[in-house]
Amino acid sequence: MFRYYLKLGTLSIRANPMLSALMVAAIAVGIGACMTIFTVRHVMSGNPIESKNDQLYHVQVDNWNPDDPYEEPDGAPVQVTYLDAKALFDAGRAFRQTTSFKTSRVVQPDGDDARPYQEDARATTADFFPMFDVPFLYGAGWDRASDETQDHVVVLSRELNEKLFGGEDSVGRTLMLNDEAYRVSGVLDTWNPVPKYYDVNNNPFEAPARLFLPFSLAIAGSFDNNGNTSCWKPVEEGSGREGFLASECIWIQMWVELQNASARQDYMNFLNAYVEEQKLLGRFPRPLNNHLRTPSEWMKYNEVVDEDVDVLLGLAILFLVVCLLNTIGLLLAKAMRRAKDTSLRRALGASRAELFKQHVIEAGMIGVAGGALGVVMTWFGLRGIESIFIEYEFMQHLVRMDWSMVTLAVVLAIVSALGAALYPTWRTCNITPASYLRLQ
Amino acid sequence: MLNMKNVSKVYRTDTVETHALREFSLIVEEGEFVSVTGPSGSGKTTFLNIAGLLEDLTDGAYELDGRDISKLNDKERSRVRNEKIGFIFQSFNLIPELNIFDNVDVPLRYRGFNADERKRRIEQSIEMVGLGSRMQHLPAQLSGGQQQRVAIARALAGEPRFLLADEPTGNLDSQMADSVLDLLAEINAAGTTIIMVTHELGLADRARRNIFVRDGQVSDNAPELHLASMAAG
Repeated sequence: MFRYYLKLGTLSIRANPMLSALMVAAIAVGIGACMTIFTVRHVMSGNPIESKNDQLYHVQVDNWNPDDPYEEPDGAPVQVTYLDAKALFDAGRAFRQTTSFKTSRVVQPDGDDARPYQEDARATTADFFPMFDVPFLYGAGWDRASDETQDHVVVLSRELNEKLFGGEDSVGRTLMLNDEAYRVSGVLDTWNPVPKYYDVNNNPFEAPARLFLPFSLAIAGSFDNNGNTSCWKPVEEGSGREGFLASECIWIQMWVELQNASARQDYMNFLNAYVEEQKLLGRFPRPLNNHLRTPSEWMKYNEVVDEDVDVLLGLAILFLVVCLLNTIGLLLAKAMRRAKDTSLRRALGASRAELFKQHVIEAGMIGVAGGALGVVMTWFGLRGIESIFIEYEFMQHLVRMDWSMVTLAVVLAIVSALGAALYPTWRTCNITPASYLRLQ
Repeated sequence: MLNMKNVSKVYRTDTVETHALREFSLIVEEGEFVSVTGPSGSGKTTFLNIAGLLEDLTDGAYELDGRDISKLNDKERSRVRNEKIGFIFQSFNLIPELNIFDNVDVPLRYRGFNADERKRRIEQSIEMVGLGSRMQHLPAQLSGGQQQRVAIARALAGEPRFLLADEPTGNLDSQMADSVLDLLAEINAAGTTIIMVTHELGLADRARRNIFVRDGQVSDNAPELHLASMAAG
């Protein structure tokens, strides 16, 4: 009977083209609005490192002002000082660990015509690449020894390698940055985690840096920090770079990889012991407030998904409900128009259950059509958002519609259509056939 | 056999109560051709609707082929309608977007026959009403008389025991009405029980038994012409 009902649904849609088109449009507009916002939220709330979510931890230690917490009521700072980054890194108590900050370098391409330009860079450590499963097209990251010896090595993004070396395997070649020669140790394959979980302090949706350099080299070379810096104590006047590095200013992101719950507990104990030790030296005036947060916890803690997006999503869902109420009205009108047909089928032996199936399948067909059109509407919605925020490069990462969103749009449309069809179908199935067959 | 005993049907609104049938009792034996006549509003169509399980009765008892209809659930009632009863309506009630073949197919679909069996029955019944060459036509492409023949073919395709006809010739001219009545007579002669509601006494005379309904009850005071025809029959 399923094929028969599909045929009847097709005939019914053809017989009422305007009404059917209005229903499809109502569902499509609702789905389009809902899915546009939901897609943005989906991308914003994604976890690009889900597979290692229970092994990676962002490190928080509370070195902040005893009289004024970093964040009410007792939030710990979201970055660490250089003092703590270095001490915790040098202790080497985690399976892998990385410290990093956002910086930039002046790239001096080969060739007489090529002009130098500034490029975003990330100063980090050797473990950054294996910790975050960063894919390589050529070569690899530098080794831990290069961290210690402050080697002039660099990892390029795929795009930068294409720009500078025409996409060739550039491993071993030299790249001039700020008048210093760097050896290319590796070229990344396409890698664009959204959100940029390893550094949510500096716009979690901006593209990753295209240059990666050793952290130790950046410290020794006094590379500028292009990310956020927060201090609760002023840096000692006239102390220069050394004074800043010795200050209580936070500006470095630190992550550790811990392979199991026991390792996590051990590391937490280590952090607590470290802070207690620092307290004896006159630092860390606040109560113990250390945290190890997984990437998903870290993004949630930092409210990577803005509250406004949730409000917008709520409004979009409300809009979908309004569209569905319209659809219910249209379905009721259609049911009234087809009351005679329904009554006739009852007279010819259709049970209520059979009629219910017939109408539900027809509603499902409307839902599929609404879903398909809704996907198109969503695409236009996302393009609309992109064009409104065209000056923000990171927006292009938020307006991507993957297959899961396409599937969800269609499924949501079908479920919505079926939901909307329930009451009209119930009404249809419960009409008294005699009253409509009597009409001449 | 159709057996109604003291059946009543009351339509209620907030303010009005209408008694369409009052203690209506009737027995129709297997193979009969019964006409039901009576003035407008007498309850003829209500009787037919209840007989065809299109409406519930308010009170009384109704047995069809020995089964107490009041004890059947919706699925069972639908099955009885589908297997035992065929309907012919004054306004034909064909589905406009389906061709003749597919219109006749409708009750067979709910019967659960396979495609071959449905095709055999559809072709046989359409041939029987003389429209074998019009199977792919839409109802709108046929005359009124032809549409009624399609409706009869649809009613016959399931080989029902009872054929319920509500003013089957009401929308037809006299020539077409005669041919439809000839067809019904043929069907009855083949063993199908027919109950036909009509307000035209002349047509009622074609039946082998005539029932006159007045004020929701079977009346003994039938019009003279009617009684005369009964006597003649």
